[in-house]
Amino acid sequence: MEIKVLGTGCPKCKTLERLTREVVEKNSIDASVTKVEDIVEIMKYNIMSTPALVIDGKVVLKGRVPSEGELKELLTK
Amino acid sequence: MLYMKAGWKKLLLILVVLTAWVLLYKNLQSLTDWLIDSLLGLTGGKHFTESLRFFIFEVPKVLLLLCLIIFFVGIIRSFFTPERTRKALEGKSLFTGNVMAALLGIVTPFCSCSAIPLFLGFVQAGIPIGVTFSFLIAAPMINEVAVILLFGLFGWKVALIYVVTGLVIAILSGWVIGRLKLEKYVEEWVYQVSNEGQEENGERYSFSDRIAMGLSAVKEIVGKVWIYVVAGIAIGAAAHGYVPESFMTNLMGKSAWYSVPLSILIGVPLYSNAAGIIPIVSVFIEKGVPLGTALAFMMAVIGLSLPEMVILRKVLKVKMLVIFAAIVATGIMIVGFIFNTIM
Repeated sequence: MEIKVLGTGCPKCKTLERLTREVVEKNSIDASVTKVEDIVEIMKYNIMSTPALVIDGKVVLKGRVPSEGELKELLTK
Repeated sequence: MLYMKAGWKKLLLILVVLTAWVLLYKNLQSLTDWLIDSLLGLTGGKHFTESLRFFIFEVPKVLLLLCLIIFFVGIIRSFFTPERTRKALEGKSLFTGNVMAALLGIVTPFCSCSAIPLFLGFVQAGIPIGVTFSFLIAAPMINEVAVILLFGLFGWKVALIYVVTGLVIAILSGWVIGRLKLEKYVEEWVYQVSNEGQEENGERYSFSDRIAMGLSAVKEIVGKVWIYVVAGIAIGAAAHGYVPESFMTNLMGKSAWYSVPLSILIGVPLYSNAAGIIPIVSVFIEKGVPLGTALAFMMAVIGLSLPEMVILRKVLKVKMLVIFAAIVATGIMIVGFIFNTIM
């Protein structure tokens, strides 16, 4: 699984990145987590609010930081 | 069935919390008086007593208002996304577009760190630059924290004046920017950004999702601003008791015509959020600063912030930023003069 955290460096984006890495590690999910900070790259996903979470090329969340439970559900689905 | 039960439980809990809220809010003044006069046995009328009374009453009052209203605003905002707002603004004529953009700027969730993706998203959809600016002016200036604090510390009239004049400034500034045809001052690369390949993916929320979003808005916003509220009211309380009446009348009073432009000049580089600045401004007014000047100062601090300019510099040329700031500052100045004259 390929997970991307999109965000230009705002506090919420950092929180989402940290939380994602935590959940991946805790549940030993087989995934690579990358942070995308380049705005041109980010805009390719057609989002208008950051942070956003992309799993295997699909935007699953945008504009907010989910709870740990919700994030776990998104990542293990 | 199980889900229904959980839903009822949640609803009941909300009703209990709301009732407790109303009881506490209604009795806050008598509770404060009881605490100050009976429990602590302080003598009324003294500077220290009155400062303390102001502080002990205002802090919980403002925090209670913040929690309640942000909860509902959080729920309302779950119905508005930047994507929907963009869709609503597509293909609108200039003036209608400006009015709608300013109104949507109030309700659409917005944080200045998202200003760039939002700006790019609007440009891609072919929304005129002037309409985009109406949104970008209204969204930070008319935010729920500012409106709640104005309501709590000044009453509903001032809160309403702030919202309405803020809207007018956002609409007219955006309209002027649109008429000036400033598209050439947007960085060239903006027009080359593409967004092909991703379809619109709207999230669907249930009622209890929306309640949860309201609660998380309270946690996030109140968790961030409470410290500014407490500090702002503490400074306000100290000045309330100790600074003599009409202390500022000479310097910033009605007779001083320069007070409006001066307060804007001080306000723009001053970066603070509404929660910190409004309690202090409430004391300015008490000590003789006229409403128009105070209004101009708050709008300059909250609506025209330097950090947001720095963020927007990524997509706008310096000349565009200067024109933008000058137009909004002029609008704020006119509002200040009007209210100093008529009030």
